[in-house]
Amino acid sequence: MSDVAGSYWRSGVLDPQGPVGAAQNTILLNATTIMLAVVIPVIVLTLGFAWWFRHSNARARYIPDWSYSGRIELIVWSIPAMVVLFLGGIAWVGSHDLDPGKQIASSAAPVNVQVVSLDWKWLFIYPDLGVASVNSLVVPAGVPIRFQLTSATVMNSFFVPQLGSQIYTMEGMTTRLNLLADKPGRYPGLSAQFSGEGFSDMRFVVDAMPQQAFDQWAANTRAAGGNLDEASYAQLARPSSAVASSTFGQVEQNLFNDIVNSNNPAPGTSPTGHHSTPSISDGT
Amino acid sequence: MLGKLSWAAIPFDQPIPMIASLLVMLTISAILLLFTWKGWWPYLWSEWITSVDHKRIGVMYILLALVMLVRGFTDAIMMRSQLALAAGGAQGYLPPEHYNQIFSAHGTIMIFFVAMTFMVGLMNFVVPLQLGIRDVAFPVLNSVSFWLTAAGVLLVNMSLVIGEFARTGWLVYPPLSELAYSPGVGVDYYLWALQISGAGTLLSGINLTTTILKLRAPGMGYMRMPIFCWTALASNLLIVAAFPILTATFAMLLLDRYLGFHFFTNEAGGNAMMYINLIWAWGHPEVYILILPAFGVFSEVIATFSGKALFGYRSMVIATMAICVLSFMVWLHHFFTMGAGADINGFFGIMTMIIAVPTGVKVFNWLFTLYGGRLRFDAPVYWALGFMVTFVVGGMTGVLLAIPPADFVLHNSLFLVAHFHNVIIGGVLFGAFAGYTFWFPKAFGFKLDERIGKAIFWCWFIGFYLAFMPLYILGLMGATRRMQHYDVAGWQPLMLVALLGAIVILAGIVLTGVQLVVSIRTRDQRRDHTGDPWNGRTLEWSTPSPPPAWNFAVLPAVNGLDPYWEAKKSPKSHRQNGPDLETIAVPRNSPIGFVLAFFAVMAGFALIWHIWWMAIAGLIGALMTILAHAWRVSDEVEYVVASQRQRAAI
Repeated sequence: MSDVAGSYWRSGVLDPQGPVGAAQNTILLNATTIMLAVVIPVIVLTLGFAWWFRHSNARARYIPDWSYSGRIELIVWSIPAMVVLFLGGIAWVGSHDLDPGKQIASSAAPVNVQVVSLDWKWLFIYPDLGVASVNSLVVPAGVPIRFQLTSATVMNSFFVPQLGSQIYTMEGMTTRLNLLADKPGRYPGLSAQFSGEGFSDMRFVVDAMPQQAFDQWAANTRAAGGNLDEASYAQLARPSSAVASSTFGQVEQNLFNDIVNSNNPAPGTSPTGHHSTPSISDGT
Repeated sequence: MLGKLSWAAIPFDQPIPMIASLLVMLTISAILLLFTWKGWWPYLWSEWITSVDHKRIGVMYILLALVMLVRGFTDAIMMRSQLALAAGGAQGYLPPEHYNQIFSAHGTIMIFFVAMTFMVGLMNFVVPLQLGIRDVAFPVLNSVSFWLTAAGVLLVNMSLVIGEFARTGWLVYPPLSELAYSPGVGVDYYLWALQISGAGTLLSGINLTTTILKLRAPGMGYMRMPIFCWTALASNLLIVAAFPILTATFAMLLLDRYLGFHFFTNEAGGNAMMYINLIWAWGHPEVYILILPAFGVFSEVIATFSGKALFGYRSMVIATMAICVLSFMVWLHHFFTMGAGADINGFFGIMTMIIAVPTGVKVFNWLFTLYGGRLRFDAPVYWALGFMVTFVVGGMTGVLLAIPPADFVLHNSLFLVAHFHNVIIGGVLFGAFAGYTFWFPKAFGFKLDERIGKAIFWCWFIGFYLAFMPLYILGLMGATRRMQHYDVAGWQPLMLVALLGAIVILAGIVLTGVQLVVSIRTRDQRRDHTGDPWNGRTLEWSTPSPPPAWNFAVLPAVNGLDPYWEAKKSPKSHRQNGPDLETIAVPRNSPIGFVLAFFAVMAGFALIWHIWWMAIAGLIGALMTILAHAWRVSDEVEYVVASQRQRAAI
C-alpha cells in the first residue's frame, strides 16, 4: 500500500495490480456510473417534489385523487427493468470472464501454488518447485498463478485486494483461483472470512518479483533447508497467531492432497481444546 | 447437579462485562423496587403482562425493541471505539475473545430483537385496526408469541453475566460454531435463545397471516386493503415460509453440538456448505421480512401527509408480492465466493438484480405520490424523505454486490457492512421510527414532541452518513469485516470519523428517551381528542385515541380504498350509523404466555449449561401449561355491551 498522500484514496481494490483486479475495478466503476444516472435524479426529484409540493406553497397544484397514470406506470416499471437488463448482462458476462477457476491466458507457463489456511496463518506450497512458505507468497510478476486452496481448520477466505477475486478455503474441499500480478511489488493479503481468535493477524504479503529473482528465491529457499513433512506440518498446524513468515526447502509429496482428503481434524488440534489453548507464537 | 455451571462462569476478572451487568442489574432492581413501592404490580399483571389485546402486545414489542436498541448500540459504539484505537499495531482495549462476542451479539440483537421485534410490534398494533377488526385471529397465541420473544431476549442478556456469548459472528457459521472450535456455552446461548424466540416469531407469523386472510372488515376485499396490510401480509407469509428453515438448521447444529451428529462438522462427512445454504435460505427472506413492513409504513406516511391517495396502489401490491416470491430465489448471492461456478453465480446475480425492479417501482410510486400533494412536514415525513434519499444509495451498492465479479472483491469487506447498514438503518430503522412517531398518538392519545422528534431524525440521518460512508471507502481500500485491529495506520482517520458518526447516533438514542419523558410530562397539551391527529386515510384513525379494547364498537363497512378518507369527505355515509347496542366479544386475559416463557427460559438455560434435571422440569412445566390451557373450563371471552354513546365518551 502506498503512503503517498495523493494515492491515499487509490489503494486496495481501487488500486488494481493485475488483470483480474483491473477488470473488476472497471465493472465497479461502470455499474456505479450506470446506476448513478438513475439514483441521482431520484434523489433530486424526491427533494424537489417534497419542496415544491409543500403544504404552504399555494402555487403548487393539488390533485388529491390523482393516483394512477398508465403511462407513468409503464415508465416506472421500465426504467429499473432496463437498468437491470443492462447490469444483468454485465453480471452474466463478468461471472464467466472472471470466474475464479478460469485460467488466465498468457504466453508464460503458470505457476502452481497450493494454499492451506491454518489457525491462524497461511501455508503456501509450490508443488512444482518442492518448496513451501508460511505467510509470505512469492510469485513471479507477469506470470499467471494457478491456486488450489483448502483449509485444515474452519473456513477462511483468501484475498489479495490489489490482485482481485477472493475465494473461500474449506476443509475437505479444493477451490480454485487464478490471479496475476502485472508488476513487481508487495501486495498485502488477508483472510476475509472470520475464523476465530487470531483472525485479525491472519495476514500475508504477496511478493511479486521478476522471473529471475523468483527463480533465485526458489533456489535460495531450497538451499535454506527445512522439511515440511508430517511431523513439522503437525507442529505448524497448531493454533498460533501473528506468525512471522518462514520457508521450507523441501515438501513431502502429496501433502496438499493428504490435507484435503484427511477426514480428521488437523493433527495437533485436540477436538475440545481449540480455542481454550492460549495462542502461542511459534516463531517459525 | 449444576452441569457445566460454576462460579467460573461469571467473568469476575473482566471489568467491562462486570460493570455493564452490574449496571443492568441495578437498573432492573431499581425498576422492580419502584414498581413494588408504588404498588403497580397488580396493574402491570392484569393490564399488560396477561393482556391479549393486540395493541398492548404491539406496544410491549416496541418497548422491548427500544430497550434492546440501547443494548445493541452499546455493542456498536464499543466496536467503533475499539477500531478507532487499534490501528498500526495497537491492540485497542478489547481483546479478541471479548471483541468477537461483541460483534456477534450486536448483529444478533439488532436483527432479531430490535428490527424484527419493532416490525412485529408495529404490525401487531396497526394491522387489526387498519383491517377494521377487533383483534388478531388468535389473541392468546399472540401473547405467547410475544413472551417467547421476551424469553429469547432474556437468555441473550443472561449470557452477559453468566458465561459468554457466541464468538462466531451473528450467523454462527460452522465449522467455527461446532464443538471442536467453539467448546464454550456462547453458541448454545445463541442457539437456544433464537430457537425459543424463533418459535414465537413463527407463531406470530401464522397469527397475522390468518388475521389478514380471514378477518377483514365487511366489504374489505384484497384490493381495498391498506398498503401496510399488504406489506404485512407479504412479510408474514415470508415468516411462515422461512422461519421453519431457521429452526431446522439450528436444530441440526444443536444435534451436532449436543449429540455428536455430523451435519456440519469437518469430520465424518459433515458439510458446512449445507449450513451456509440453509441459513441464507432463511436469511435472505428475513431481510425482506424486515424491509417490507417498513415500505408499508412509508407508503402510509407519504400518502397521509401529502393529503393524497397512494400513487399506483396496484403496482405497489404487485411489487410487494413480487419481492415476497423473488426473495426466496437469491440466497446464493451471500456466498458467490464459495466457488460455485460461473453459471450459478451469474444466475443468482441476475435474480438478485431483478428484485431491484419492484423495489425501484416502489421508489418511483412514492415519488409520484409526493407529486401533486400538499406535503406537511411533520416528523414522520422527515423519516420518509430521509429514507428515500438514503435507501436508493443502499440499493445501488446492493446491486453492485450482486454482480459476482464485483462481489469477489467486496465480499465480507467493510463495504458490505456499510451496504447492509445503509438499507437496515436507512430502510428498516427509519421505517420503524416513522411508524413509531406516526402511530404513537393512536396508541397513547397524545402526540410525541415534534421538535425533539425532528432532532432525533437529524441525529440518525447525519450520524448514519458519518458512520458508514467511511466504511464504504475503507472496504474499497481492502479493509475486511470483523477485524479486531489493523496494521494500516492510514485507515485510522476514517475510523475516527465513523466513531464520530456513532456518537451522533448516540445523541439520537438519548433524545428518544428525552422525547418520551418530555411528551409524557406535557401530554395534556398534546392530547389528540379527535382520534385523527394527522388527517389520516385508513380505518385506525376512525377510532378514538387510544382505541377501546374492542377497537370498533360497530365493524365498519368498507366500500373502497382509504375508507376513512372517503367517509370524511361525505358526512352522509358517516361511520356512526348502525345499531345502538352491540354485544362484543373481548378475549379474556391469559397468563399462559408469561408462564410458558418462564418455563422456556428455565429449559433453555438448563440446556445451555447441561443441567438436565432442570431442562426436564422446564419442558414438563411448559407441557403442563399448554395442557392446562387446552383443558381450561373458564370462558375465553368476556361480553361487553358498548353503545355508540359509550364509545364516544372514551
